Amino acid sequence: MLLTTENLGKRYQRRDVSVDALRDVNLEIQENAFVAVTGPSGSGKTTLLLTLAGLLKPTAGRIRFRDTQLEGFSDAQWASFRHKNLGFVMQNFSLVPYLSARENVTLPLVIAGSKGKQQKTRALELLERVGLGDRADHLPRELSAGQQQRVAIARALANEPALVLADEPTGNLDPALANDVLKLLGDLNAEHGTAILMVTHSPEAARAGTHRVHIEAGCVVEAAAQPA
Amino acid sequence: MNLAGVAWKELSHRRSSLVSGLVAITLGIAVIVGVRSVTIASEHAVAVKLDSLGANVLVLPQGATVDDYHTADIDAPTFPEEYVERMVTSALLGVENISPKLTRRRKAEGIGLVVTGILPDSEVASKPTWQLEGLEGATVEHVCSGSLGAHADPRLQRKVIDILGEDECLLGAQAAKRLGKKEGDKVELRDEHGKPVTLTIGAVLPETGTVDDDRLFMHLHAMQTMLGIGHQVSAIEVMGCCEQISDGLLGKLRNVLPDTRVTGIKQIVSTQQETNQLMDKISWGILVIVLLVGGLSIGNYMWGNVTQRRREIGILRMLGARRLRIIGMLLSKAIVLGVVGGLLGYALGTGVVTAMGPDTLGLQVRALPSWIAGSVALAVTVAVLGSLLPAWLASRFDPSANMQEI
Ligand SMILES: Nc1ncnc2c1ncn2[C@@H]1O[C@H](COP(=O)(O)OP(=O)(O)OP(=O)(O)O)[C@@H](O)[C@H]1O
Ligand SMILES: [Mg+2]
Repeated sequence: MLLTTENLGKRYQRRDVSVDALRDVNLEIQENAFVAVTGPSGSGKTTLLLTLAGLLKPTAGRIRFRDTQLEGFSDAQWASFRHKNLGFVMQNFSLVPYLSARENVTLPLVIAGSKGKQQKTRALELLERVGLGDRADHLPRELSAGQQQRVAIARALANEPALVLADEPTGNLDPALANDVLKLLGDLNAEHGTAILMVTHSPEAARAGTHRVHIEAGCVVEAAAQPA
Repeated sequence: MNLAGVAWKELSHRRSSLVSGLVAITLGIAVIVGVRSVTIASEHAVAVKLDSLGANVLVLPQGATVDDYHTADIDAPTFPEEYVERMVTSALLGVENISPKLTRRRKAEGIGLVVTGILPDSEVASKPTWQLEGLEGATVEHVCSGSLGAHADPRLQRKVIDILGEDECLLGAQAAKRLGKKEGDKVELRDEHGKPVTLTIGAVLPETGTVDDDRLFMHLHAMQTMLGIGHQVSAIEVMGCCEQISDGLLGKLRNVLPDTRVTGIKQIVSTQQETNQLMDKISWGILVIVLLVGGLSIGNYMWGNVTQRRREIGILRMLGARRLRIIGMLLSKAIVLGVVGGLLGYALGTGVVTAMGPDTLGLQVRALPSWIAGSVALAVTVAVLGSLLPAWLASRFDPSANMQEI
């Protein structure tokens, strides 16, 4: 099993109000799975992703990644865990506005401290892979929304992660572009065996996954493999 | 590329923000350097003025009191005039206008006077309060070598009695009245054997309200001959630069002239030192204020910039950059800005005050090259300090809050 959660809970405390965004979440994500997470707005999908990445601290439960328990990790341990094992694709693309497409893709390698030449060739290779080999030197604002999202995907793959966390990667895209992006994710999953956990609102997008998890009010109400 | 490279990209991408940051730092440093240059220049000006108050150190024979010197008793002790040379050859710093004097009470045409023998050019140079108009004069450059290097203020050039012949004298205003004499008249003194010595009155000195009004000044060597006492003097007046006096000039003079009494003329010395201390305090006060203002403007810029970059910091955190490295990245930027801003600020501050100094402030403001390194160090320190807190806070921003707010 790639990732397992046991009774994972997250409670937001804001002044007097506390919100249970996740309640007793028990999830198992297999190596090579492509999991689509669906659920109404405010059900806790983003919270789940951020908690799994250590960007939010869970208030209850345990997380195991392969053989490692993660919930007691320090900040620095989480940081190095993220850059070794995780890739991120967010709805808002999360590109750094003053870095070119190539430099954005390079960021995980920059953080890992790899050599300049390696960074360059790897970034170009990834951009080719997402079909943007000719846009390497463009700034994010010089790219279309779909292209920006593909740059984000290329960046998510730069460190060869075991798991890509994608939060509504198609949310901002028109259907045709959304399909491109879904296909890209599906191909990556199939070719490289990269596991993907993708939050989505759209039923079509959800169908792209090999597995499906439905969340309501912080609880997993359905988790199943789905036929291809 | 490394994280510093990312910071650099940002600098060149966000030009307007870079410019405003540089402006904040440059102006901060410019104000500090400018104000500091002006305070140092005015300290100098004040020091020069204080030094020009005249003699403030008195060298007297051992056993003589300052009173002896003022009352000028007939048998007041003396010492050899050759001590002047000893002082000169000892090359002590901060000794100016050495003027040997011989003072005695004598009767001139039946009227009691204080007669003082002086060596003309050095004597008058140490008494700037005398404005001897119409006298043959030459200019003397006032040079006082302080710790900040020698300075020469052309406006302190004074008229000096170059020529005071051995048969000439200068008469104080009161003495002239009592003798009923005026410029050009002759006055008669008597030597040790009672023989008359006739002197021409070169000038009647303007009233000063001091003992000098009752004095007759004559050439030191003529007076020594008249009294038949060889090359003896009753005192040497010295103008010591106040900085060196604070540094123990009196003690050093005592070492050079062991069998004399070296005293500071208290009032003058203490005024000089008090004024110096006051100037010092004022300029430190200004420095503190200016540091605060400059520091705050730099810190304010850094703060704004970090807020602007919350999103990128969130992305880097998400991708697994450690907090320390992000702080390091922000600091490297602060250092670059500090170095550039420090240099620009030094140039601007120095340029403005040196250009404006003479006209606007009536001060000759000089560049302080030793402040270049200081300016850079200061700008870097303030930029780093000003960004440490925001950098630390930024690295703590909950990245999830970031991800969601956009
Ligand atoms: N920082 C926060 N502080 C307090 N409450 C929060 C915070 N972030 C989210 N919540 C609450 O937690 C719940 C789950 O939020 P979350 O963002 O995970 O929902 P979501 O399923 O991603 O919704 P959407 O589909 O609209 O993105 C919501 O009720 C939300 O109001
Ligand atoms: Mg969400």
